Amino acid sequence: MIELSDVSKSFVLHNQGDAVIPVMAGAALSVAPGECVALVGNSGAGKSTLMRMIYGNYLAGGGAIRVGDVDVARAEPREILRMRREVLGYVSQFLRVVPRVPTLDVVAEPVLAAGGSHAEAEARARDLLARLNVPERLWTLSPTTFSGGEQQRVNIARGFAHLFPAMLLDEPTASLDATNRAVVLALIAEAKARGAAIVGIFHDAEARAQVCDREVDVSGFAPAQAA
Amino acid sequence: MTPLLQVKGVTKRYGARLGCGDVSFDLWPGEVMGIVGESGSGKSTLLSCLAGHLSPDAGEVIFDTRAEGPRDVLTMSEPARRMLGRTDWAFVHQNPRDGLRMGVSAGANVGERLMAVGARHYGQIREQAVDWLGRVEIAADRVDDRPRAFSGGMQQRLQIARNLVTGPRLVFMDEPTGGLDVSVQARLLDLLRGLVREMGLSAIIVTHDLAVVRLLADRLMVMKGGHVVETGLTDQVLDDPQHGYTQLLVSSVLQV
Repeated sequence: MIELSDVSKSFVLHNQGDAVIPVMAGAALSVAPGECVALVGNSGAGKSTLMRMIYGNYLAGGGAIRVGDVDVARAEPREILRMRREVLGYVSQFLRVVPRVPTLDVVAEPVLAAGGSHAEAEARARDLLARLNVPERLWTLSPTTFSGGEQQRVNIARGFAHLFPAMLLDEPTASLDATNRAVVLALIAEAKARGAAIVGIFHDAEARAQVCDREVDVSGFAPAQAA
Repeated sequence: MTPLLQVKGVTKRYGARLGCGDVSFDLWPGEVMGIVGESGSGKSTLLSCLAGHLSPDAGEVIFDTRAEGPRDVLTMSEPARRMLGRTDWAFVHQNPRDGLRMGVSAGANVGERLMAVGARHYGQIREQAVDWLGRVEIAADRVDDRPRAFSGGMQQRLQIARNLVTGPRLVFMDEPTGGLDVSVQARLLDLLRGLVREMGLSAIIVTHDLAVVRLLADRLMVMKGGHVVETGLTDQVLDDPQHGYTQLLVSSVLQV
């Protein structure tokens, strides 16, 4: 479902003496439907960079990144937009929303964007918010004023609202208490059971052991140091 | 599927100075494109050329019309282009006073555009005007007030209602949230996003506010000195800018 081959990336800092910083070379990854792969490696090894290249908000320098039938490294913006609506979900570490939009609508939006009905979207949003223990009295309020943990749960509910065939999870269990952590792990297990291919970053080793089938060490994709 | 708008090599000069040079892109139905750049980068000139307010020195602007399919609006007759401006196109000005008639009531401002496309039944026009004022969150009891009596944010929302009442397919916006305070901006952004999704609008938004484009635009075009220096998915251009100027622009934003 997700296939990376020979992916490379460097950053060019035009305003800092045109410094070229190679960050990745020869990255390869293959994730089958129903499989969850954890990206591991030290801080700065490129876990987030690799994940962002798969999502398309970082431009790959070279190689191929196939998600379903789209090669993210080469696709037109509108193909990537369609892929993000229908195929590839992303649970980021932070919630980014339009101010003033009620929590229920924030969570329901991906279902609507993927072509679901209003009734279906709302039912799904209610179900997820209840499971993640977000108090019902907050559902009509904008999540911008919520606590960190509440925002993260809204973010997770939003990420799981549409049944994506492929998902990227960036620290989904960070800043959650034990009860909600268990709910998130159950959501991941359900997504795997229905055949979703998942790539995740988990600093929480226990969570990783529980839901991930394999680990891929990103430091193996570090570019060779020039002498 | 054909693009709603195909722009090819649009160039506008002001004497020896370049307004915008050789700009080309396709806009697809339902897509929102942001154009960013500093003042004088040519973004407003480009928008005016596309919307038919300025005539470019070179290039084509091909719009997929309902009746006749793709046609170059620059070679259309003036009446045909005006009709497009009243029906399938809308233009939201930065200053609501440029897009509203300040001397007539809010209801008349909205109703006027309906009458321009042939509506004649007063009761229905008023009903639709009140409905649209409600959608942009202006209370029904303000329908007979003149825009002069409205706050800046309300005037801007009224301008949006006036523009969208005829169900356009393409909306041009020039700094739609400029000059509004942040809480009103947030309300307007929320409103615009809802309308774009529900009505399936395509839009081209010129702004210098990167936070606005991140929330509203699918794609981004960065201009400098009249030229397009970078284009791409909005979050890709903002998170991983490739051109030196875009890197400078993104890194210059103050964090709050």
